Amino acid sequence: MQYQSNIEPLFSKLGWLGLITFAVLTLIVVPWMYLFIPDGGAFHISSYTVTLIGKIMCYCIVAVAMNLIWGYAGILSLGQGLFFALGGYSFGMYLMRQIGQDGQYQSDLPDFMVFLDWKEYPLHWLGTDSFLWAIVLVVLVPGVLAFVFGYFAFRSRIKGVYFSIITQALTYAFMLLFFRNETGFGGNNGFTDFKRILGYSLTDPTMRAALFGLSAFFLLLVLVLSRVLIKSKFGRILTAIRDSESRLMFCGYDPIRFKLFIWTLSAIICGIAGALYVPQVGIINPSEMSPANSIEIAVWVAVGGRGTILGPVIGAAAVNGAKSFFTQAFPEYWLFFLGLLFILVTLCLPFGIVGLFSKLKNKFKKIES
Amino acid sequence: MLNNKRNALLFILSLLALAFPMAGAALDRTDISGLASEHVMERLKAIDKIARVGDSDALRLLKELQNSELLVTDTGQIVLENDDWNVIDAITLEMLDPQPDTYNTVIVNNRMRSQLESAVGVLQLLSDDREIRLTSAKSLRDNLSPSLLTFLNKALAQESDEEIGRILKESQSVILLDSPDEQERIDAVNYLTSSSERRVRELLVAKLEKNESGEFEEPSAEVRVAIEFAVTAIDRKLTFIDYFGRLFSGLSLGSILLLAAMGLAITYGLLGVINLAHGEMLMIGAYATYVTQQLFVNYLPNYFDLYVLAAIPMAFLSSAIIGVVLERSVIRWLYGRPLETLLATWGISLFLIQLVRQIFGAQNVEVSNPTWLSGGVEVWNIVMPLNRIAIIVFAALVLIGIWLLISQTRLGLFIRSVTQNRSMAACVGVNTAKVDMLAFGLGSGIAGLAGVALSQVGNVGPDLGQAYIIDSFMVVVLGGVGQLAGTVYAALGLGVFSKFIEPGVGAVLTKIIILVFIIAVIQKRPQGLFALKGRSVEG
Amino acid sequence: MVFFIMARFMLYTLLAVQDLKLILIISVSGVRKHFFNYRLRIIRMNRKQFIKTVISATLGISSAFAMTAQAEETIKVGILHSLSGTMAISETALKNTALMTIEEINANGGLLGKQLEPVVVDPASNWPLFAEKARQLITQDEVDVVFGCWTSVSRKSVLPVFEELNNLLFYPVQYEGEELSQNVFYTGAAPNQQAIPAVEYLMSEEGGGAKRWYLLGTDYVYPRTTNKILRAFLISKGVEESDIEEVYTPFGHSDYQTIVADIKKFSAGGKTAVVSTINGDSNVPFYKELGNAGLKATDVPVVAFSVGEEELRGIDTKPLLGHLAAWNYFMSVKGKQNRSFTKMYKAWAMKNGVPNLDTVVTNDPMEATYVGIKMWAQAVEQAGTTDVDAVREAMGGQTFKAPSGFTLTMDATNHHLHKPVMIGEILPNGQFQVVWSTKAPIRAQPWSPFITGNESKQGL
Repeated sequence: MQYQSNIEPLFSKLGWLGLITFAVLTLIVVPWMYLFIPDGGAFHISSYTVTLIGKIMCYCIVAVAMNLIWGYAGILSLGQGLFFALGGYSFGMYLMRQIGQDGQYQSDLPDFMVFLDWKEYPLHWLGTDSFLWAIVLVVLVPGVLAFVFGYFAFRSRIKGVYFSIITQALTYAFMLLFFRNETGFGGNNGFTDFKRILGYSLTDPTMRAALFGLSAFFLLLVLVLSRVLIKSKFGRILTAIRDSESRLMFCGYDPIRFKLFIWTLSAIICGIAGALYVPQVGIINPSEMSPANSIEIAVWVAVGGRGTILGPVIGAAAVNGAKSFFTQAFPEYWLFFLGLLFILVTLCLPFGIVGLFSKLKNKFKKIES
Repeated sequence: MLNNKRNALLFILSLLALAFPMAGAALDRTDISGLASEHVMERLKAIDKIARVGDSDALRLLKELQNSELLVTDTGQIVLENDDWNVIDAITLEMLDPQPDTYNTVIVNNRMRSQLESAVGVLQLLSDDREIRLTSAKSLRDNLSPSLLTFLNKALAQESDEEIGRILKESQSVILLDSPDEQERIDAVNYLTSSSERRVRELLVAKLEKNESGEFEEPSAEVRVAIEFAVTAIDRKLTFIDYFGRLFSGLSLGSILLLAAMGLAITYGLLGVINLAHGEMLMIGAYATYVTQQLFVNYLPNYFDLYVLAAIPMAFLSSAIIGVVLERSVIRWLYGRPLETLLATWGISLFLIQLVRQIFGAQNVEVSNPTWLSGGVEVWNIVMPLNRIAIIVFAALVLIGIWLLISQTRLGLFIRSVTQNRSMAACVGVNTAKVDMLAFGLGSGIAGLAGVALSQVGNVGPDLGQAYIIDSFMVVVLGGVGQLAGTVYAALGLGVFSKFIEPGVGAVLTKIIILVFIIAVIQKRPQGLFALKGRSVEG
Repeated sequence: MVFFIMARFMLYTLLAVQDLKLILIISVSGVRKHFFNYRLRIIRMNRKQFIKTVISATLGISSAFAMTAQAEETIKVGILHSLSGTMAISETALKNTALMTIEEINANGGLLGKQLEPVVVDPASNWPLFAEKARQLITQDEVDVVFGCWTSVSRKSVLPVFEELNNLLFYPVQYEGEELSQNVFYTGAAPNQQAIPAVEYLMSEEGGGAKRWYLLGTDYVYPRTTNKILRAFLISKGVEESDIEEVYTPFGHSDYQTIVADIKKFSAGGKTAVVSTINGDSNVPFYKELGNAGLKATDVPVVAFSVGEEELRGIDTKPLLGHLAAWNYFMSVKGKQNRSFTKMYKAWAMKNGVPNLDTVVTNDPMEATYVGIKMWAQAVEQAGTTDVDAVREAMGGQTFKAPSGFTLTMDATNHHLHKPVMIGEILPNGQFQVVWSTKAPIRAQPWSPFITGNESKQGL
């Protein structure tokens, strides 16, 4: 096994080329075109486009994380939106602290706390003014929650739809909790009106380009990481869990540890995506935890192609791109298109868009031969 | 009641009681001219004047005012419209000549409405009709004033009906709590001991408090002991009533959950289809109810009250047909891939929501309760709304229906066989494809029935289904997939549980607690509360 | 140069895979006009036309590179209301009103000799999408002004975008105050233009003399702030803390049995009024429960700040007779302005095939939308340009004879309208009967004096 995975290349030649092209484009070309070509120039990229693509890349990261557990380990979580939002909230706390006295009330506290008559930060805000601690929280909060939840769930051998439903219950419960104003996260309004990170203004193009680049970097990192994992022995065990968990158990493996690891890792990746997402869109609110959002994450993966490396990325980009476009071009009809898209993809493309590509490729090969 | 300290507002009733002997003087135009005034207080005085006259004409006028039938012309004359749309004088009922060009309704606001209620109540307390007397007695109870005592005594002496007598006696006792005679006060308190009214309790508790000068509101220690005893007695009753009320609302909520989840239990349990469009089947049922209602309004207005009954088969059929169409066109291609049905049905759900939005508009549509489902039955001061009682009964009937269908019919046999062992059923000649189709249709149809029920308690809009889909899934999963009995226990259990904790912790926390509870239960019983016992390792 | 073209080509190839949308955006801006026409006639989709649109969209991709600023022939106006999702129920009518008003202005010769061109987008009740769509309207569609938003959170979400890009948002819904932005004009009511007068009325003798207060709302910032202000106000009027009860329910709450029972209990202690800030969809189950549990308006009146004619369309109002709502406009208001406003909306709905035609109504936020657009048009005429700063300057002090029958003035310092307050009681036909109204419009206090810490902001 070990031997095999060593000789099998991580990516095909084309794959490496694609990755490097993508890296060059997103890390150098786009930021450069955005920053240095003046507005109105034919090759200028607007900040709208940069934030939009940045946002979609965050969704892509989530989709890759979702694919890790659903595509490879066969665990369908309908609660990934929760970890995404928790990462967002963790970093959002830092962003709120960075507003300083520039809020509506010119107070040290965020506006919503002033409004609730709170005189000081509640305990769970401790240390959130430190950037480093915020980063730690981004990883820690979704990670610990996922670990604890996963530990109990996997130990009880909760599987299939039961697992899906309790993850849904979990995110729903958290949504309601965060909607409460007393919870201390701004209730329905959530966090908004961010001003700066590390003292640099968020509206500054350089900052935008940096966040964009960072999102691209993490997307690449997550892609490579998931590929490494899947190609390793660990990945094979995951696939075995997906295909026949009991048989694996009879072989002497304990699937709990593997499931728990990939589940926690997926949650952490979602958290990081959330942290990158929040400063780019400028708001985090409990509706990110709504069960419908989490279902949508599963939909992206399914549309793109579950269990493939590029599928989730393509799916997330296509669905969100389609959504952005349809809501503008056909504001009254877009749900028809989106609904039909989902139905057709499931019916006609059981392996998603990526499946369609490989199908076409096979056909061409047949024709050639 | 007295503790409302609305005495200042109740001058009319006091005057009225004093003025009773002089009833007999006929109404004249100056009595009612105040109704034309812009000021509420002037209009209130006019009501007072009319009530003081107290004859049958006055009663008629007050009732017309209650129903917003009185009109005012530009010259300030109070008039009515008769059945031929002619304007007639409100008192003489003579046709106006010339007929005025413009006139407005006499504006009646809440304040006037409650005054009218009391006035009409007093005037009708001696009526021959029991129902009218009962309403009057109740409205008097809500608007008590010490000066009504003599009048109450008179009414009480004449009253033969037990229930009305009890209400009047209670009102009388409440007034007598302020009597200067200690024995009368003790008697009053003793009578009130049998009351189960929260307002009476508050009134009695107020008597035990000290006023600003440090003296008890109730000077006599003996009476205070009686009051304390009465308060404890009432409290006991109130606690019981409170729990009864919670149980009822719990059952009501539970039966709604049950209706919403039952269809899902069938489609999911049998076919293993994660039907995210299940909520939209509820919505279609609710809209079918709306359409039926509109048909009745337009074509059968005389039978309007029966529209709900007609809506039941309508809703069942429309949801079932749409369900069958979906099964044939989309879902049957996805058997064996349960998680992908999730994606397709999510798409269907988006599609159906938008479709309804296009046809009926994004706004909610109005589905009104027929008269026989409006209002409620009062038991121990708890009003149990008729629509909720009907839903509990309806849920029970649907449940019995499904049970009979599953256990007694050939289709039921097929459904059970396919659920238990699909391939074996196919081997012995069961047309599983057809059973799938019918079962999906059945599940959707039941969701349609739930839609009828929901339209009677909540809103009917495109998003209706979204509000129930998660709850339905929780119920089915908690109960155990493939187990109708589990679904029943889970639905009723969750309903009652949440209604028992809600008064203590509030609506938001209740929901969170319920969700955490479900998560915890699934940890203990990973296949739901009532899982099928089997030896299969995959479960 | 070759490098530029190469880079650009590569970028688009990549994005074609990664983001279908970008390319389409560019193509759309090429055929924007075509799309717009299509959108206006959107109700009846014509297949031929649709194919034509798709073809020209495809062609548009090729012309994407030639995208440069052309001489503008129209003035673009953004409309940012949710047409799907949970808020569609309320916001769709505002989109209709905005389109109608724009048509009216165009029919009267447009603005500065140009026609107005509405750009409608659907932020789908998704708050981050609101921010994205706002940025798109301003930077991609280059609109001169945006009319939109309903919920506070959607406004909070777009606010930084408007401030960053210096554009104007007209916000037409009553809200909690505690905010002031140079880039927003608030045409809905601040708390002192709605909540406080309503409570004063209920306290008064003619309103029923309520002594106890049950403040019931959905758990979000508008009810919270309103109730906070009301609590301080009530206490300043001598109401005891124990006579005020504050209760919140989650969004989309549909089971009001416990709460109605609780109201009954609470009202045993004295004349009680319920102040409801329940949001949207939850109102129907609440009022149905209220009606069936036998709580009449004469016993316990409920005054609502989020229930208008539009919300009542979904409720059987017969059991609700006498319950109240406080607004700055009611459809039943008499007068020439309102007659022509309601008539115009009905005609527009007829022409555009709005669903449920026979029951269309107008309500307060629709009036506020109408007033907002008309005032903006006046300000543009006065400034002679659509330039944001010039229009903002011209907006201050702008007056308009509104459908409510009052002449409203835009306050130059706080960007809020001076509005009249009306209190209406629900009639069995789903309309309101105005039982009380201010004599003249009153000035908004976005920073309520009843919230501590706002003392220094009273001039605003």
